[in-house]
Amino acid sequence: MNVSLRWLASLLGTDLDPIETRDRLLMLGAGVEGMEPLHHDLAGVVIGQVLEVRRHPNADRLSLCEVNAGAEIKHVVCGATNVVAGKKYPFAPVGTTLPGGVTLERRKIRGEVSEGMLCSERELGLGEDGDGILELETAAAPGTRLLDALPLADTRFVLEITPNRPDLLSHEGVARDLGAVLQQPVKLPPIPGAPAGVPRAARAASAGETAGVRVVIEDAVGCPRYTAAVIRGVKVRPSPAWLQDRLRAIGARPINNVVDATNYLLFENGQPLHAFDLAKLRGPAIVVRRAGRGETIVTLDGQSRQLTPETTVIADAERATAIAGVMGGAESEVAVETTDILLECAYFDPARTRLTRRTLGLSTEASYRFERGVDHDATPLRLLRAAELIVAVAGGRVDGVPVDVHPAPIPPTTIFVRDARIAHVLGVEIPRVDVERVLTALGCVVGPKDDRLAVQVPAWRPDLTREIDVIEEIARVVGYDRFPDDLRLFRPGTVPDAPSERLADRLRRVLVGLGLHEAITSSLGPRLDEREPMVLNPLSQEEAYLRADLLPGLVRRVEYNWRQMQRNVRLFEIGHVFHKKECSLPDEEIRVAAVVTGARRPPHWSEPEPPDYDLFDVKALLEAAARVVRPGAALAGEGSELVMRDAAGVVVGRGLEPTADRPAWAARVFGFELSVEMGEAPRLRAAPLPRSPAVERDVALVLPETMAAADVEATLRAGAGRLLERTWPFDEYRGAPLASGARSVAWRLVFREEGRTLREAEVDEALARALKEVEQRHGVRRREA
Amino acid sequence: MSSASADPVAALAALRAEAEARIRSAVGREALQQLKTEYLGRKAGRVTAVLKTLPSLDPEARRVVGQAANDAKAAIERLLEEADAARVALEGGTAGRDLTMPARYAWRGAIHPVTLVIDEICAIFAELGFSRYVGPEAETERNNFTALNFPPEHPALDMHDTFYLGEGKLLRTHTSPLQIRVMETYQPPIRVTMPGMCYRRDAFDASHAPVFSQVEALAVDEGITFVDLKASLSYFARRFFGRETRVRFRPSFFPFTEPSADMEVECRICHGSGCPACKNTGWMEILGSGMVDPNVFVNVGIDPEKYTGWAFGMGPHRMALLRYGIPDIRMLYDADVRLHDQFVDAV
Ligand SMILES: [Zn+2]
Repeated sequence: MNVSLRWLASLLGTDLDPIETRDRLLMLGAGVEGMEPLHHDLAGVVIGQVLEVRRHPNADRLSLCEVNAGAEIKHVVCGATNVVAGKKYPFAPVGTTLPGGVTLERRKIRGEVSEGMLCSERELGLGEDGDGILELETAAAPGTRLLDALPLADTRFVLEITPNRPDLLSHEGVARDLGAVLQQPVKLPPIPGAPAGVPRAARAASAGETAGVRVVIEDAVGCPRYTAAVIRGVKVRPSPAWLQDRLRAIGARPINNVVDATNYLLFENGQPLHAFDLAKLRGPAIVVRRAGRGETIVTLDGQSRQLTPETTVIADAERATAIAGVMGGAESEVAVETTDILLECAYFDPARTRLTRRTLGLSTEASYRFERGVDHDATPLRLLRAAELIVAVAGGRVDGVPVDVHPAPIPPTTIFVRDARIAHVLGVEIPRVDVERVLTALGCVVGPKDDRLAVQVPAWRPDLTREIDVIEEIARVVGYDRFPDDLRLFRPGTVPDAPSERLADRLRRVLVGLGLHEAITSSLGPRLDEREPMVLNPLSQEEAYLRADLLPGLVRRVEYNWRQMQRNVRLFEIGHVFHKKECSLPDEEIRVAAVVTGARRPPHWSEPEPPDYDLFDVKALLEAAARVVRPGAALAGEGSELVMRDAAGVVVGRGLEPTADRPAWAARVFGFELSVEMGEAPRLRAAPLPRSPAVERDVALVLPETMAAADVEATLRAGAGRLLERTWPFDEYRGAPLASGARSVAWRLVFREEGRTLREAEVDEALARALKEVEQRHGVRRREA
Repeated sequence: MSSASADPVAALAALRAEAEARIRSAVGREALQQLKTEYLGRKAGRVTAVLKTLPSLDPEARRVVGQAANDAKAAIERLLEEADAARVALEGGTAGRDLTMPARYAWRGAIHPVTLVIDEICAIFAELGFSRYVGPEAETERNNFTALNFPPEHPALDMHDTFYLGEGKLLRTHTSPLQIRVMETYQPPIRVTMPGMCYRRDAFDASHAPVFSQVEALAVDEGITFVDLKASLSYFARRFFGRETRVRFRPSFFPFTEPSADMEVECRICHGSGCPACKNTGWMEILGSGMVDPNVFVNVGIDPEKYTGWAFGMGPHRMALLRYGIPDIRMLYDADVRLHDQFVDAV
């Protein structure tokens, strides 16, 4: 909300410094999003009184003026037709810089010297009118600075108000908070030209009457209180300058005196008002009721809107003519020819207003305030002030006695506060006198009750309902900066570190150590398959589903890097994936995935073109990750993929070459994905180091391409028996003299028995057994030397 | 020189043999350099001296002695070169190589800047006895809103533009539902930091992302007060931003804390003098916090008369932008290797 410093100052009856006020507001909890000085660029403009007006000898439409600018009489060439001798105007002498940045120079206009300029509203940035110069009705002497003579210089704050504080959506509320700190009470300024003797509204239970208009509340839930006054004989025209200035200072555009008056009060005290053209109300009557099924209304913005029975409307005797608390109807809008108006000042239910606003997708200054809660106690007083202001600026008179339809008055809220509880929450004892001073300044009525303080809360503070709410008010106004910040002893908590966090941390370090960069990608994406849960209100179809796997997102990141001409990309991500589940939250699982493409090692002058990554690199990454998060899982090749299964045979990970949109210069991309099992990793134990010597044998076997080396190796192990310590394939060969479709795989076998030295003969014997097994089971023989 | 005049050729042979023996036993570059000067130096080298006598000899002797002297000189030069090469090989194993050429690296990986920030936050709070607790990103409306004291149809809901999954399910808009989960699972005293990804219906731009991280913290015990909140968060700010960092607390509003406070630190860019980044206030909002609202305690079955607590939530994505001077939040989602390459030393 925009707030004028000058306006606040007038409510507090004191001068306010802009910077100090900004900092006070911030420390009271009002976010100051912006601070803009207004009209300070008019510092050089003074009051000039025109003494004499003559025709310009060389130009018909120009005149020559003698202007009293205080110290001197200035010679001015003026183009305005409305210049009159004896009147006062804003005068910018030579050297003044006007809004927009033009600096006036002494110059000749058609042969006559001009020593300055008489200014229009538009030239000073004060309004739209640029047709003539601005006539000033001021008693200030010629030469007085314009800013000293007129209430123009101001500072506009842009405030961000939290939803719990509807009272701060008005100058009165903001001033009240400031006043609590400054120890300065708020007083509404009198309205210039207000009529005397306007009667206060008379209460009626659920139906009443004012000046021949019946006012009925049928929906007391949507509208607990409705007050109305009839004003006859208004003249719709532009507002007086003071009212226009106030509105411009907060960035609102003046429209006409009736609309401006209601807007002024909206920003003064936060009460949305509505004026109906009485001549357009059938009956004439006001009926506050639910909309009928299929009922429609054309709102002030010219849109036709379909209403539902959930919506509260203001209707006349026949049809809806305003949407309660949100927007008026076009048909009963006040126009230039309007003479009689019905003025509405009501309290609409916050939750229903919000519901209506959301259903219609229509947010207004009024709905914003009703939704947060306006003061339901002050409704008749505010109607009175509104009626006075409208009569003051638009003429006419209040007809009859205004009506206050109020079916069930809401009793004031009283909260009991314990001194001990204040210290219990805030950690500091606040003296009772300070507590009482703070709460009284905020408009509460306080008094002792047993050993507690009874706090009666004003209706403009719907956020205060409990003891803790009052404690917060005390801390807020006392000032958060007044509380100490010394660390104290604490008891250790009962919650252990989450195992998944520990595992993720170790996993992250392993993969970073292997040269991969950690990525964090968006978990929202397009639909890829059936498993993905759908978001009901996505930003776009490209982000309408929760990811079921990590790998596709990482492949998109590889493609992004390719677009940046990066050939070597190594990424991993640890994150959540989601799988749709009927009637409950989606299944959520922590996964790790990685992608690698490009050179296996950084290119170096000793190896300018290292080999590219392949699936066996990914196999190593997958195994390294699995050792951290899936100990005991088994990895096997299935087709062109690596498949990892847990002890129960369930697939927990895969390594593969994902499809990617790959430019010709890029290398193939390989990746893996593995589900992270919650739980502690097994404790590591060191095995004793061998003390007896090992005996090694190498054997090369000729295998058909279709035969898995791992199967042959298993047979070798079984056949060699317990003396075989370990074995692994150390070489593979294809080509002459081998037949096509065959390959040679060479294993190294290491034999050892702890506690003694093996004899060559027993090793040869074990090897022969192993070879025999392999030949019998697989038909595989040693390669001819 | 007297020996040269006696039998210069024999003397040269002896000189050559002596030099060879000494070069072979010399150790180090300096020793070789000295031998080179002693035998071949231009002023006082012993072989040079013989060459200098040549003009005084008769033509035949000049030819024979000259030949022998040049042979000796060439032989000694070769011996010195070989010895130097052997020395280089012995000392560095890079005989003949230029050590200014670049080193041979393996690929180096980097932890994501956001993870670095999360880990640092959690590590600082670990010093104050906080453990780490996590939970699901898809949540119930109850855990995300109702149990956290958001009244239905309350404008506070507008602060959370929510992605809905239907049937009372949604993507958590903050890590605060973890407060509910941890308090329903464990007994006080509770001291936990709770990192995780959150979702809000904000389109991607330079400072907003629909998916982003938060770290929540919660402390619940008997006797915890607003002073403890200020103390713990001020301690964090000074550990994270530096010992001299000025901190201030401003009233704020969250349905699940009361009193609520935003913590601000002196602007990291202008250091308090005012700049566009801090809207000329000299301060930057770092986190939202407050004393746990009694209604939240009631909702999880903890007695609010006995226990009090404080909580905060902050955004590591934003902190990472600030800390590392990254101008656009989208860069934290791009996985551009040119950005992450800069973080390989930040492990
Ligand atoms: Zn700054």
